Amino acid sequence: MDKTFVEKILAKYGKLKCVVPGQIVTVKPDHLLTHDNTAAIIQKIKPELDKYGIYSNTIPVIALDHVIPAASEKTATNHKLIREFVKTYKIKNFFDIGIGICHQLVFEKGLALPGKLLLGSDSHTCSYGAIGAFSSGIDRTEAASLLLTGETWLKVPNTIKINLIGGIKPGVYAKDVILHIIGDISSSGANYCSVEYHGDINQFTVDNRFTIANMGVEMGAKNSVFFVDELTEQFLNSIGISKNEYTPIKSDKDASFFKELNYYLDNITPVVACPHTVDNVKPVTDIAGLEIQQCLVGTCTNGRLSDLKIAAEILKGKKINSNVRLLILPASKDILEKALNTGIVNTLIKAGGTLLPPGCGPCLGAHQGALAPGEKCLSTSNRNFKGRMGCKEAEIYLASPATVAISALKGVIADPREVIKK
Amino acid sequence: MKVWKYGDNIDTDMLFPGKYVYTCSTPEEIKPHLLEDLDPSFSKNVKEGDLILAGKNFGCGSSREQPVVGLKAVGIKAVIADSFARIFYRASINQGLILIECPKLVEAYSEDDEIKLNIDDGEITLNEKKFFFPKLPKEILAIRDAGGLLPYTRKKLKNR
Repeated sequence: MDKTFVEKILAKYGKLKCVVPGQIVTVKPDHLLTHDNTAAIIQKIKPELDKYGIYSNTIPVIALDHVIPAASEKTATNHKLIREFVKTYKIKNFFDIGIGICHQLVFEKGLALPGKLLLGSDSHTCSYGAIGAFSSGIDRTEAASLLLTGETWLKVPNTIKINLIGGIKPGVYAKDVILHIIGDISSSGANYCSVEYHGDINQFTVDNRFTIANMGVEMGAKNSVFFVDELTEQFLNSIGISKNEYTPIKSDKDASFFKELNYYLDNITPVVACPHTVDNVKPVTDIAGLEIQQCLVGTCTNGRLSDLKIAAEILKGKKINSNVRLLILPASKDILEKALNTGIVNTLIKAGGTLLPPGCGPCLGAHQGALAPGEKCLSTSNRNFKGRMGCKEAEIYLASPATVAISALKGVIADPREVIKK
Repeated sequence: MKVWKYGDNIDTDMLFPGKYVYTCSTPEEIKPHLLEDLDPSFSKNVKEGDLILAGKNFGCGSSREQPVVGLKAVGIKAVIADSFARIFYRASINQGLILIECPKLVEAYSEDDEIKLNIDDGEITLNEKKFFFPKLPKEILAIRDAGGLLPYTRKKLKNR
């Protein structure tokens, strides 16, 4: 019988011939991702760690990215605890502060590969579907249990097939596509489901696919996935991974989908997710002219070199509006180095941008870039929940790097098609 | 017993603001900030045995565990909602916090109605009217019945 991606991969990891939606399988993930929350995780299981040790030192991936450099004695102590844990248990994949955002690191260090299964105690773990992996978020306690036992349960989800049809227009980006979809199906529209992207996919680079997969959780999805194609192979090749190192999995032609949705990309325009839910999506033209005080280009959603480049092209030789602060948050040190070497950082700084170390802090109000009551921020990040950037009386709007860059110049939300003509 | 009623898409930032995530992790640290940006009266007035009723997609957002740990610690008997976000749902199983999907009850409830819960039989009584909800699969009940995931894992390690 024909199967979907998630049915195939969960059967493989559950060591079963065949699974069906609703079935519960026990799986051993290839990697378990944790970040600054590793401190809380290991403190939960200190006696067990002392007695039994960890299940494996190659499965955990730990990145310090949420509050970096440490903001206080408390967060510094957490980091110290994590570094000691990494030494004691000889954890192979550890990334200290400044190396990057955990999801970007999993991606660019080749830890997520097509056909692999990863879990992580961060909701945006779903990002690695960009290259054909199954990945999903879990909570801290489950991460603690996985450190000890290496296994957990997963329920086989239903699958939603999304067909992306046609070509996106100038000034429209992957971010607009995913915000448009979330606006259409709602923040809970894919709850508990696996989402597969089909159709005219080859216009989306692997970076673009990352942006789309990253926001799967914003519609409630368990995972999102793009199937391996030439662009995936080229990307993996560029980070030193050859085709014989992975086995892609894709859904069968006649697999049974819970729902099938068509999106005609020619009709999608630049959009903005307005406060305080990600599905409150409006065409940028509806709210153009709204004054903003802070702009953020970066994060795990849109902090790759291609994103920074889009912003730099718009800001080159210009100055941002004097009423706006522009924060630049590259997703990794590798990206930052490339942005330095190609003059992108120089352009962004000269235009008035403030460069932050590669990390997550401002996005969740955990560190730097907080907002004041009454302020509005236009951001390329993935969430606009009330209070998220440190203040419940502030407002967060989400958009593509191009929309954020043009808006930073004008001091008001603006349409990137004013400058992007082709 | 008080019923705390909220709307749709109550996200993890409303349940526990991100600014405290890396400084508060024990129940005592979490409690004062529970629902801080949604309902400041909650943490001051919540009592053991209270219920939360909510709309769709309760707990959407981060993999943040503090809201679940906090709601369990203050003694919330159950959260009854139209639907839950999946990481929040898993986290609740892992902490032994009872979540019930029952949109019909949420719709039928009005203030001061009396709610009686019979979790083992999958039954809720609202005034005189009975509502039913499906039981969890046995694999999941085993975790909840052990008192949460860590006690369950400890048992597993011991028997290995």
